[in-house]
Amino acid sequence: MSVLVYVEQAEGKFKKSVFEAVSYAKAIADQQSTNLMAISIGDVAESELKELGKYGAAKVLNVSTDQLKTFVNQAYASVIAAAAEKEGADIVVLSNSFSGKGLAPRIAVKLKAGLADGAVELPSNDGKFAVKKTAFSGKAFAITELTSANKVIALNPNAFGVKENATDAAIENFAADIKQSDLGTVIKDIVRATDKVSLPDAELVVSAGRGLKGPENWGMIEELANLLGAATACSKPVSDADWRPHSEHVGQTGIAISPNLYIAIGISGAIQHLAGVSSSKVIVVINKDPEAPFFKVADYGIVGDAFEVVPKLIEALKAHKG
Amino acid sequence: MKILVCISNVPDTTTKITFTNDNTEFNTSGVQYIVNPYDEIALSRAIELTEGGKGTVTVINVGEAANDPTIRKALAIGADDAVRVNAAPRDAYFVAKQIAEYAKDKDFDIILTGRESIDYNGNQVAAMVGEFLDIPSVSIIKKLTLEGDTATIEREIEGGKEVLTVSGKFVASCAEGVAEPKIPNMRGIMSARTKPLTVVDAVAIEEVSKVTKYETPAPRGTVKLVPADQTEQLISLLHSEAKVI
Ligand SMILES: Cc1cc2nc3c(=O)[nH]c(=O)nc-3n(C[C@H](O)[C@H](O)[C@H](O)COP(=O)(O)OP(=O)(O)OC[C@H]3O[C@@H](n4cnc5c(N)ncnc54)[C@H](O)[C@@H]3O)c2cc1C
Repeated sequence: MSVLVYVEQAEGKFKKSVFEAVSYAKAIADQQSTNLMAISIGDVAESELKELGKYGAAKVLNVSTDQLKTFVNQAYASVIAAAAEKEGADIVVLSNSFSGKGLAPRIAVKLKAGLADGAVELPSNDGKFAVKKTAFSGKAFAITELTSANKVIALNPNAFGVKENATDAAIENFAADIKQSDLGTVIKDIVRATDKVSLPDAELVVSAGRGLKGPENWGMIEELANLLGAATACSKPVSDADWRPHSEHVGQTGIAISPNLYIAIGISGAIQHLAGVSSSKVIVVINKDPEAPFFKVADYGIVGDAFEVVPKLIEALKAHKG
Repeated sequence: MKILVCISNVPDTTTKITFTNDNTEFNTSGVQYIVNPYDEIALSRAIELTEGGKGTVTVINVGEAANDPTIRKALAIGADDAVRVNAAPRDAYFVAKQIAEYAKDKDFDIILTGRESIDYNGNQVAAMVGEFLDIPSVSIIKKLTLEGDTATIEREIEGGKEVLTVSGKFVASCAEGVAEPKIPNMRGIMSARTKPLTVVDAVAIEEVSKVTKYETPAPRGTVKLVPADQTEQLISLLHSEAKVI
């Protein structure tokens, strides 16, 4: 019995959400009085793999073959499930990232395991294994008991936080048996905006809506986001009108996020928008309409015209940073 | 070409979510049910891909007879026929297994689902069906085009996108961008009444998970308003009180 965490790499590097998944998996391993292993697939330098020790991974299985350099859902799932079986891991943890969402269900079926995706807390430790997960687009949580012997959990970004737990990670190569039939999808192109903070795992998010009037007014939103080191987001009508890319659209039909700080500028706060952002820890709303529904869920608010308030906010932030 | 689209029956987007029985059951009273919005996107793309006699679209739902109006809505949008696996859906594992059991000998070329259901927000069914059928699955796709038997798919990744191809049978879960949801017209609504809806029995499978309780998020406090000309006060609150910057 042990816990296995899949550590997803992008261009040979681990992101904060990976260290968060390792921290979470380590806490589960402690809860179950067992040890934690990680599995990495792709081309990752030993020094980067060693980093995982900082968060409690005692052993790191490294799968490095040309066939698996880039993400292949089916093959990655086979390798992770095979590793869990071979190493006797009955709990598999991964990030509820875009790739994690494709992998976790396949691993669950392979291991005949119950899957809790969108997990926001540690499992209960009362003899049952119940995981709190988001449901009804943020309007509720469902406590899901995993009743199978094997279990899979996909952790929501920013739900647990990164916790250091230093141990020395032993790196081991893991020989994966890859079936040709698992390589059915072929990646042709990956386009990544590397200079920007990625929205799903951003801790701070600056978002704007139709109140901004047009795409030409996003300069100040980007400036504010840059100053904060925040990702940018938008409401649905904004991406529908092509003022901003669809990848920035948050809400019920867009991405659901839970950053530490969400600043909503010129967004009304319609229920479908709130569905994707209401689990943000702190919400700031800037809207010229004091009756905007967003103020009902906000922690801090400014009633005012975005075109006057945002430039002043940028100045104040610059002054604060000194 | 034969396409199977998986349809989930979910509470309308504006539903106020409440629970009964000591928070162990979702309160269905007064709730309006709809086709899961993402499934509508998947269905719309399936209809586009088969338009002009290029194929057929079957929708499948795992659920009890109360779901039939939702299934008829999918037929009104343009599906050719429908299947309902007669069982209360337990979890995604159960649903995916039922769909895979139905699909395994029917020779569907493509199976589409929505990205997630707006009730349990699982992203599980598509990839699980793929695994049960041992065919590729691609999750959260933004674009799907076909050329011969090769599909070109765009999928979302953190901070960008990935373009991939897949040949032969596959499963994919659709997000916004794949198609504009179609609105049923009068002819669709009329013909939906007579289109075939087959009811099949569920297969028995072991339970792997169950929801034991629900919680609603703690209500937020009231908003602290800062005057528009005192933005430095907001910064200082975010720094010292909220400790987020
Ligand atoms: C099935 C379904 C799914 C949906 N999914 C989503 C989703 O995922 N995400 C989403 O965002 N929406 C979604 N919507 C749409 C949603 O209902 C709202 O229409 C949308 O969120 C409104 O966007 P908005 O607030 O930017 O624009 P508006 O509703 O136009 O509001 C603009 C706001 O800006 C304020 N404003 C105007 N000028 C200024 C100014 N100069 N300074 C400050 N404030 C100003 C106004 O007071 C107003 O509150 C969905 C709708 C449906 C039916």
